[in-house]
Amino acid sequence: MFGSRRRGGIRGNEAVAGWLFVAPVVVILGLFLLLPILMALWVSLSGWNGQGSPFRDDVPFVGADNYTRLFTQDGLARENFMTSIRNNAYYVLLVVPAQTVLALGLALVVNRRVLRGRSFFRTAFYFPSVTSSVAISVMFLFLFANTGAVNSLLSVFGLDGPQWFADPRGLLHLTLSGLGLVDPAHPPAALTDSGLLGLSWWEWLSGPSVAMSTIIILVVWTTSGTFMLMFLAALQDVPVQLEEASLIDGAGPWQRLRYVTLPLLKPTMFLVITLGLISTWQVFDQIYVMSQGNPAKTTLTPAYLSYRTAFKDFEYGSGAAISFVLFLLIVVLTLGQRWVMRDRDRVPRTRLLPTRTRRS
Amino acid sequence: MFHSRLRRTAIAVAAAGALAVTSACGSGFDDGATTEQSSGPAALQVLIGSSGEAETKAVNDAAAKWATATGNTATVTPAQDLSQQLGQAFAGDSPPDVFYVDASRFADYASVGALEPYGDKLANKGDFYDSLKQTFTYDGKFYCAPKDFSTLALQVNTDLWTKAGLTDADLPTTWEQLQATAEKIKAKGLTPLVVGDTRDRIGAFLVQAGGWLVSTDGKQATADSPENLQALTYFQGLQKKGLAVFPKQVDAGWGGEAFGKGKAVMTIEGNWIKGAMANDFPNVKYTVHELPAGPKGKGTLSFTNCWGISAKSKFKDQAIKFVEAMTSVDQQLAYAKAFGVMPSLKTAKDGYSQQFPADGPFVTGADYAHGPVNAPKMDSVLSDFDTQLQKLATGDPKAVLERVQKNVAAALGS
Repeated sequence: MFGSRRRGGIRGNEAVAGWLFVAPVVVILGLFLLLPILMALWVSLSGWNGQGSPFRDDVPFVGADNYTRLFTQDGLARENFMTSIRNNAYYVLLVVPAQTVLALGLALVVNRRVLRGRSFFRTAFYFPSVTSSVAISVMFLFLFANTGAVNSLLSVFGLDGPQWFADPRGLLHLTLSGLGLVDPAHPPAALTDSGLLGLSWWEWLSGPSVAMSTIIILVVWTTSGTFMLMFLAALQDVPVQLEEASLIDGAGPWQRLRYVTLPLLKPTMFLVITLGLISTWQVFDQIYVMSQGNPAKTTLTPAYLSYRTAFKDFEYGSGAAISFVLFLLIVVLTLGQRWVMRDRDRVPRTRLLPTRTRRS
Repeated sequence: MFHSRLRRTAIAVAAAGALAVTSACGSGFDDGATTEQSSGPAALQVLIGSSGEAETKAVNDAAAKWATATGNTATVTPAQDLSQQLGQAFAGDSPPDVFYVDASRFADYASVGALEPYGDKLANKGDFYDSLKQTFTYDGKFYCAPKDFSTLALQVNTDLWTKAGLTDADLPTTWEQLQATAEKIKAKGLTPLVVGDTRDRIGAFLVQAGGWLVSTDGKQATADSPENLQALTYFQGLQKKGLAVFPKQVDAGWGGEAFGKGKAVMTIEGNWIKGAMANDFPNVKYTVHELPAGPKGKGTLSFTNCWGISAKSKFKDQAIKFVEAMTSVDQQLAYAKAFGVMPSLKTAKDGYSQQFPADGPFVTGADYAHGPVNAPKMDSVLSDFDTQLQKLATGDPKAVLERVQKNVAAALGS
C-alpha cells in the first residue's frame, strides 16, 4: 500500500491531502462568507423590496442605479449618504489618532518595571474593552445627561455644560464662531452657495457635532485598552540589550523612545492603525444604542444608514449598495495607509545593528 | 490504490459540499405565488409591537381565550423592533400570520404586497370609524382592521398650574391664548410647554393652521403651503421665546417623562400618557384638554395600528376570525382598560366614554383628527422632516418646508 506512494511521485498525494484538509474551511468560508457577500452584491444591483427571496424571476435588475443614487442624483438618498460619510470621516479623524496615542502611552506606562501594581493597572486599562459596548453606551448616556455627572462636574467650575445628546452644532462651526470668524446663523455665502455631492462646503466643514464628540470620547476610552495590550506585547519583545546599548551610547529617554522603541513598534503601529481605521468606519452599536443618527443626522454613519435604509425603508438594494461603498472605502484607505507606512527607514536600522554587533 | 481512494474521497466531499450549498439555498429560491391554505385547527403566529407589559399581557390573555374557545393555538410574541423583525420575516419568507401594522408604515407594506387585503371580509367592517378605515385603505382596497386609536391632547400639571398663579380661565383654547398663558408661566420661572421634536407632535400645529404635507388623496405634495409656514413660524416663535422646549432639552426621553417629572407645566401627548403617568408618576395630578385651535379651527393627530394578516399565511380564514375576536366591542373595551387605548369601533364609543369620562378631549379629537401621511417610501422623507424640526429653533421655516416639499414630491413621483 504505502509503497505505491512513490510511484505517484512524492508530492502527488500531498496536494489531494492538502485540499482535503482545507476543504472544511473552504466550505465554511464559502457558505457563510463568500456566498452571502455575493448575494448581497446581487441585492445591491436589484430592486428587491424585501418580499420573499431576492433570487426570484420577478425581482428587477436595476444595474448601478442604487449606486448612482448615492453619488450623482440630487436627492435625499445622496444627501443622507454624504452626511453620514462626513460624520464618520470626522469621527475617524479624531478617534484613530487619539486611541493610538493613548494606547501607546498607557502601554509605555504599564510596561515600566518600576511601576507598582502593574498588573492592577493593566487590568484596569483593559477593562473597558471587555465590557459590552451596549452597557458602556448606556452608562455614557447617564454620564452625559443634561444633569448628569459630566455637567455637574463642569458646573463646579462654573461652566454651563451643553445638552450633549441634543446638540447638533459642529465643533468646527463652534470654534469658528468662537473666534469671531463667522456667524453660525448667517454663514458666509461663499461656503453655502457651492458645495460637493449635495452638501454645501459649510456643511462639510461642520466638524463632529457635540453629540458625536461624546461618542468619540466613549470609543477612545473603550478601545484604547485593547490596543494598549497589543503595544504592550510588542514592547515586551523589545530586546533589553538594545535599550542598554542605547543607554551606553548616551541616549536620553526621549531619544530612546524616538529612535529605538518606536521603530521597533512599527509593525504593531501598522496593525493598530489598520484595525482602528476599519472598526471606526464600521461604527454601529454605539450609534444604535445612543443616538440613532440624531440629533439632526449628525451621528448618522454609513453602517447605521445602511441598516436604516434596508430595514426601515425596505430599500434593501440601496442599503446593500451603501455597505459595498463602505467596504471599498475601507479597502482604499487601508491600502493608502499601507503605502504611507511602507518601509522607508532601512538606513537607520542597519546603522543601529552594526553598532550593536561591534559592542557585543 | 491509496491515492486514488483519497482522490475519490476528496471528490465525494467536494460534491457533498456543493450539494449542501445548493440545497441550502434552493429552499429560498422558489417563488411563492399563492400559499396553500390549511383548514382545521390553526397554529397562528402573532407578532405585536407592544407598548409595554400591560399590553403584552392583555393580548396574550385575549389570544389564549380565543385559542381555547376555538380549538386553535395562537402564539403571541412581543417584538423588540417590529419593523426590523417584520422586514427580516418577509425577506425570509416566514412572516408571522398576524401582526401589528403601524398606520405610518401601512402603505409601505401594502405597496409591496405583504398584506392580505381582508378588510371587506370582516363581519364587523361597517362598525369601524371611517377615518380609520380610510387610513388602512390602499388602492381602493380596505386592507386590515384598525386595532384601536389614539389622539393628541393638551395635558396640564395641576399643581404647577396653581403655582404659576393660573386658574381654569387661563386654559388656552386658541394659539393666542396658548402664547399668552405660556408667557405668564415663563414669567414665574417655569417651563411652559414641552413638545416631542417630531412631526407626530408638531404636525398637529400644521393641521390647526389648515395645512398638511400631502393632499387629501395622498397624490400631491403640499408641504410648502402658506398654512404650514404659518404653523411652523408660530411654533418657532414659541421656541425662540423659551415657551416651548423639546424633551431632550429638559433631559427626558419624551414629553410624558418631562411632564411627569414636573419639568414643564404643559405637554402635548396622546392617551398613552395615562398609563405612563399612572405607572411612573402616580402622584402627579393633571388634567386633559383639547388642543388649542389654530387659525383654521381645531386640529389634532390620530395614531393607529391595524391587525395585518400576511399574504403568505397558511391560515387566513382562521386569522380573520382571530382579528374579529380581537376587535370585538368587549375585547376592545378590555384593551382600553388594560393599556389605555381607544376602541376603533363606533359602537364601543359609548361604553368607553362611560368607563373613562375624563378622556373626553381624546375621544372628541377623533372628529377633527388627521391620520399619518399615507403613502409608501415616506419614512426617510419624514425622518428628514423630523431632523429639520429638531433644528427649527435656529432654522428658517420656509426653507424647511421647501425642502420637505422637494423630498415628498420626489417620493410620490417615483
